[in-house]
Amino acid sequence: MADEPAERALARTAGGRASERPGDRIFSGSARSAGTFILVMLAAVSAFLLVEGFPALAADPSEVGLFDGENFWQWVFPLVFGTLWAAALALLMAFPLAIAIALFISHYAPRRIATTLGYVVDLLAAVPSVVYGLWGGAVLAPALQPSYTWLADNLSFIPFFEGPASGTGRTILTAAVVLGVMVLPIITAVSREVFLQTPVLYEEASLALGSTRWEMIRTVVLPVGRGGIISAAMLGLGRALGETLAVAMVLSATGVITVNLISSVNPSTIAANVALSFPEAYGLNVNALIASGLILFAITLVVNSIARWIVNRRADFSGAN
Amino acid sequence: MTNLYSAPRQVNTFKGVTLPTYFFSVTAVAAVILSWLIFTVLRPAGDEEYEINIALVAMVGIIIFALLVFVASLRVEGRRKAIDRLAGILVTTAFLIALTPLVSLILTVVTNGVVRFDADFFTLSMRNVVGEGGGAAHAMVGTLIMTLAASAVSVPIGLLTSIYLVEYGSGKRLTKWITFFVDVMTGIPSIVAGLFAYSLFEILLGPGTRVGISGSAALTVLMIPIVVRSSEEMLRLVPNELREASYALGVPKWLTILKVVLPTSIAGITTGIMLAIARVIGETAPLLIAAGFSNDFNFNLFQDRMQSLPNFVYYSYVAQGSNPEAYLDRAWAGALTLILIVMVLNLGARLIAHIFAPKMSR
Amino acid sequence: MSMRIEIKDLNVYYGKFRAVEGVTMDIAPRSVTAFIGPSGCGKSTLIRTLNRMHEVIPGAYVEGQVLVDGNDLYGDDVDPVLVRRQVGMVFQRPNPFPTMSIRDNVLAGVKLNNRRISKSDADDLVEKSLRGANLWEEVKDRLDKPGSGISGGQQQRLCIARAIAVEPEVILMDEPCSALDPISTLAIEDLIEELKSDYTIVIVTHNMQQASRVSDMTAFFNIAGTGMPGKLIEYDTTEKMFSNPSVKATEDYVSGKFG
Repeated sequence: MADEPAERALARTAGGRASERPGDRIFSGSARSAGTFILVMLAAVSAFLLVEGFPALAADPSEVGLFDGENFWQWVFPLVFGTLWAAALALLMAFPLAIAIALFISHYAPRRIATTLGYVVDLLAAVPSVVYGLWGGAVLAPALQPSYTWLADNLSFIPFFEGPASGTGRTILTAAVVLGVMVLPIITAVSREVFLQTPVLYEEASLALGSTRWEMIRTVVLPVGRGGIISAAMLGLGRALGETLAVAMVLSATGVITVNLISSVNPSTIAANVALSFPEAYGLNVNALIASGLILFAITLVVNSIARWIVNRRADFSGAN
Repeated sequence: MTNLYSAPRQVNTFKGVTLPTYFFSVTAVAAVILSWLIFTVLRPAGDEEYEINIALVAMVGIIIFALLVFVASLRVEGRRKAIDRLAGILVTTAFLIALTPLVSLILTVVTNGVVRFDADFFTLSMRNVVGEGGGAAHAMVGTLIMTLAASAVSVPIGLLTSIYLVEYGSGKRLTKWITFFVDVMTGIPSIVAGLFAYSLFEILLGPGTRVGISGSAALTVLMIPIVVRSSEEMLRLVPNELREASYALGVPKWLTILKVVLPTSIAGITTGIMLAIARVIGETAPLLIAAGFSNDFNFNLFQDRMQSLPNFVYYSYVAQGSNPEAYLDRAWAGALTLILIVMVLNLGARLIAHIFAPKMSR
Repeated sequence: MSMRIEIKDLNVYYGKFRAVEGVTMDIAPRSVTAFIGPSGCGKSTLIRTLNRMHEVIPGAYVEGQVLVDGNDLYGDDVDPVLVRRQVGMVFQRPNPFPTMSIRDNVLAGVKLNNRRISKSDADDLVEKSLRGANLWEEVKDRLDKPGSGISGGQQQRLCIARAIAVEPEVILMDEPCSALDPISTLAIEDLIEELKSDYTIVIVTHNMQQASRVSDMTAFFNIAGTGMPGKLIEYDTTEKMFSNPSVKATEDYVSGKFG
């Protein structure tokens, strides 16, 4: 921005250089400190987690009650699996739905109700996670339970549906559904903006060639919006990875690695495990839990960075020129 | 020269045969009836408790409808139109599917929450309460105090940071780092923020510390990036011409920001802050870790554990005592209160943005 | 390929507002007709009704008829999508699809119609269309590069290639050169001269000199005042319109007295 030299010149003619004014110095100084504070905060978070988590890594595994005879990595690996698995399931369900809904709002719904519909979807995003957890455990799980029994009776040859079906319906699949519902509004909102910003120029080019609405979407809206869609998905993934309550309140977790979706033996996620175990933890167990939190932090950092990288790489072909 | 059109010339090549409008309503009804019939016929012999699941009937009905429309359109209108229609049906169905959990959630929370939505709930704490009775007043107070404290720190820092990014820092390397890390921090899992606050205060005040201010610290970590992002957007929307007009009058930069830029964008900034508050007010996980659990009123941020409303809901559900129904009722009432607060904040924020925003050209 | 267009008492509305009033004119096949007139007189609106693109704007509708080779575009049961496959359009700002290569851009319209087109047929078509748009020599070595990576004038010729690849009856051009430099403009004007032997062309232009260079027939539209509908004032051979028009308003506009 060229306003720096210009404004300095203006300030000079007004009498006195901008940088010498005490008011400006104090103000800009505070502003810059505030900005730096953020960097400090991030560094602090990483540092504290490291410092507090390290004792669990350094200690003799037998001293840490939580590890139950294993070492840290053996203990944390099923949790990592559970975290990724639940998030992947949630994204699998939420992503296609979210894109479809975003298309519905941007290209299919009549203009006047489209804005209202956008608000409705945003409402879904505003609901606190503890309420989702309550709904998931008290309403969704019992509602899905009969389906699990049906699946176990009829499709148990597929490893995902091996069963035996959980009696309460509180399985990893139910938790993933709740996660999916929570993540859906975020992906939808971002995608909706992306689709609405498709340049009319290209949409008209497609229509003038005699394409139907779906063909226009397929050839113009989706390709042009590809980068935005991917970043939306990544945002959703990040949320799903870090979500605690929905899983903690819905899942009856055993902490094993399994792809069985409908039984009462389920993997747990890092976040849910911390939430459930922390209140009663003591001594080195606390450190172990903090260390697992650090791992979760690292995972979400990686996911966010990849998202940013993908968006930047796609900039040439996105029509953003 | 190859004729690339697959259809032979008709009398009027612009006319297409379209499915009549009544076709869709008729087919929809037929599909539902067909679906219902399927489920009736499929009743396992001798199963007395067989109930026809409405949701399943609806789902299968939609599938049958889509199939019928697609096949009919394929034969009458051609492949391209058929695919277009199918896409339209799929997209609309997706929207209906998304509505279902929202409707279910709101309905359950409201119907179950009103049971304990009484004066006691809003005035009593859980002190010495086992089973029925009691209330969440201590939790609401705790939420209020901790959120206020978090806002008192996050809003100035967040706002100042966004001012730095937009007004002072463009092009500087520090700005790039801050922007990048703010983006990173918006994705921080809330439980990690809680663990951080806990670690911080463990070092400061000793192990096992669970205290209100720690909860506020966790909320601050979560709030700041949100405030920065939204304020930054609002500040960028202020046209440069306004700033230049102020400089040309001899007004120093910091006063320009204070008296021109901020007032112009104040509506948007307020909206952003309200939405940030709405986000963190529902946070449970970090407070669970950092502020702990309590049955009692606590007005002191710096001493003893402090209960929060989301935590109250969580514990009422997870640790149902001897009288599960009483605990559940309280949980639902707490959930209802939470949703109401969050909705009011959200709608209020949008109203403010709508009413007070100066008309800017988009 | 190429058909006569008959416009009969066409009125164009945006909601309650009448933008264009009572236009009646015949456009001969294999000719170039220019629509000229001051800003806001409705010429762009009118040209968009010739392929029903005005319907993209909610609330826009027409009264009257547009017959292409005797078939009314606005008859019952007419599918706008079918109309647009036979009446092509080139826009004011070049709009090649940014996510597609040059080759895919040319084939975009054709691929929608015909799933199965063999690679050799496709290659032939690409070359033929690009030659027809005077672009082949310049891009034949970079057919797989993105469509947005070429100059503005080349992009516009790419859009023309894309339009003629589907072998339409009519090509509509809405101020095709107003976003281009003079050299590209000249290239496109030469192209229009060649294209008219195969297509019926209607071109909206702000530039009177362009109209006089390029067109066989010229239609002059004017508007009585803001908020009033645009009207067809005079329609005649280009030669007559520019040297000896019958209506005073036409003469004033053509000689630069207003607009």
